[in-house]
Amino acid sequence: MKSHFPEQLRYTKDHEWVELLEDNHARVGITDYAQEQLGDIVFVEVPEPETEFEQGDTFGVVESVKAVSDLYMPVGGKVLEVNPDLEDQPELVNQAPYGDGWMLEIELTDTDEYENLMGAEEYEEYVQSERDSKEDEADDDDEEDDDRGFKDDEDDRD
Amino acid sequence: MPPLQQTALHDRHVRAKARMVEFGGWSMPVQYAGILEEHRHVRSACGLFDLSHMGEFYLSGSTATGDLQLLVTNDVARAQPGQCVYSPMCNERGGVVDDLVAYRLESDRWLLVVNASNHDKDLAWVRAHTSPTTVVDDQSFGTSLLALQGPFAATVLGDHLEEASQLKAFRCSQARLAGHDVLLSRTGYTGEDGFEIYCTDAAAGPLWDLFMADPRVKPIGLGARDTLRFEARLLLYGNDLDEETTPLEAGLDWTVKFDKPDFIGRAALLAQRDSGPPRKLVGFKMTGRGVARHGYAIVAGNAPIGHVASGTFSPTLEQNLGLGFVQPAFAAEGSRFAVQIRAQQVEAEVVKTPFYRRPRP
Repeated sequence: MKSHFPEQLRYTKDHEWVELLEDNHARVGITDYAQEQLGDIVFVEVPEPETEFEQGDTFGVVESVKAVSDLYMPVGGKVLEVNPDLEDQPELVNQAPYGDGWMLEIELTDTDEYENLMGAEEYEEYVQSERDSKEDEADDDDEEDDDRGFKDDEDDRD
Repeated sequence: MPPLQQTALHDRHVRAKARMVEFGGWSMPVQYAGILEEHRHVRSACGLFDLSHMGEFYLSGSTATGDLQLLVTNDVARAQPGQCVYSPMCNERGGVVDDLVAYRLESDRWLLVVNASNHDKDLAWVRAHTSPTTVVDDQSFGTSLLALQGPFAATVLGDHLEEASQLKAFRCSQARLAGHDVLLSRTGYTGEDGFEIYCTDAAAGPLWDLFMADPRVKPIGLGARDTLRFEARLLLYGNDLDEETTPLEAGLDWTVKFDKPDFIGRAALLAQRDSGPPRKLVGFKMTGRGVARHGYAIVAGNAPIGHVASGTFSPTLEQNLGLGFVQPAFAAEGSRFAVQIRAQQVEAEVVKTPFYRRPRP
């Protein structure tokens, strides 16, 4: 079950990643752990180019078969481009979360925000602690609210 | 909150790396390989489900059939022993307390299979509305339920039980399967051919392993069960049905038999039949981009005209579909309205249901 997260990316507790490009540009997407937790992704809603966001703002929505989850800006910035392929192939987020499943290209507002994000090793530890607490939750039905991203809006029903 | 109930197959699900979720007080597998893959496997081959969370009440005694007639809207007295009847169970207002399948095991002996999430409420309701001479025996804890569903279900089960394929749709029979006594029915909640198999908790593991050893069979979680039932327009209590919704509004007119003796909710339902239901459950496809979800508002112009009952991406039709309650003026096929998805109004169009009908040989 151990995931290996790319070393060159930075990560948030909401399970977004940021890849720093040249000229203060960056790419944003969700992590392999996030896509695995969501399951089959059937819809991605991303903002229009030129939209500006602050760190932590909701920038879009990702929907799996059963769940609707908000996407949070890992860093502040202006949207330069969105991944045009996600409209017809949202499954790219499952198949290649760091590659063809990227979501936004942005211009960073403040590089400090990027520098302060988690590195791969720290994020991996964070994910492990979340996995552990999820197992506890499944065992004793501890339905405490939490501050994770990707929280299901809906109950699983049958 | 009390600890979650675990089915007799819990450890097998965990070992199979299923994602376990709380459902109706039970820890249940929501998915194994992934909802889309599991869904397609049931449509094309054969899926195995653990449905042991469902509630099972036995009703027996000389007054059992008469009491059941009063409890449910369908005409169960017409069923012969060995037949199963789907029916809503309504309150005095005609709202649905639960929807269930009644198995006529013998002339005076019935099995009611109810939704897990309604177990406690249903048991109290049934006990409150049965004669002292009717025995109500709750066997929900201790009964396991497996379902085999899909085009290969009859051949998979047939390898272990020759007479399986002889059983007709909505019939049930006691059977001996791999050395275990089971109650078998040709029923399901997927839109495919299939069987449901009731057994003791002790038999559940061996029977699960027996079917899992068949390469045509894969385990299916509650996630795919929901998308499968949705495509077949099989209604889900809590989404499509509740105590404020009548069977007539939900399009279950065929399950309400006004020509049988009195039943709870009859007067309210009769009045609604005569005046026409104020809203109807319709199927729609999203013509704009977005997934309709339970509870979203349905609007026309800027006026609210209803709400989404169930909605999802349909794995078989590969489009976003929904079931929604709308004013009758918007219920005809081809009617257009919009679903309020977050800040946007996304266009939708009424289509025929069921969305999916299995090909008949």
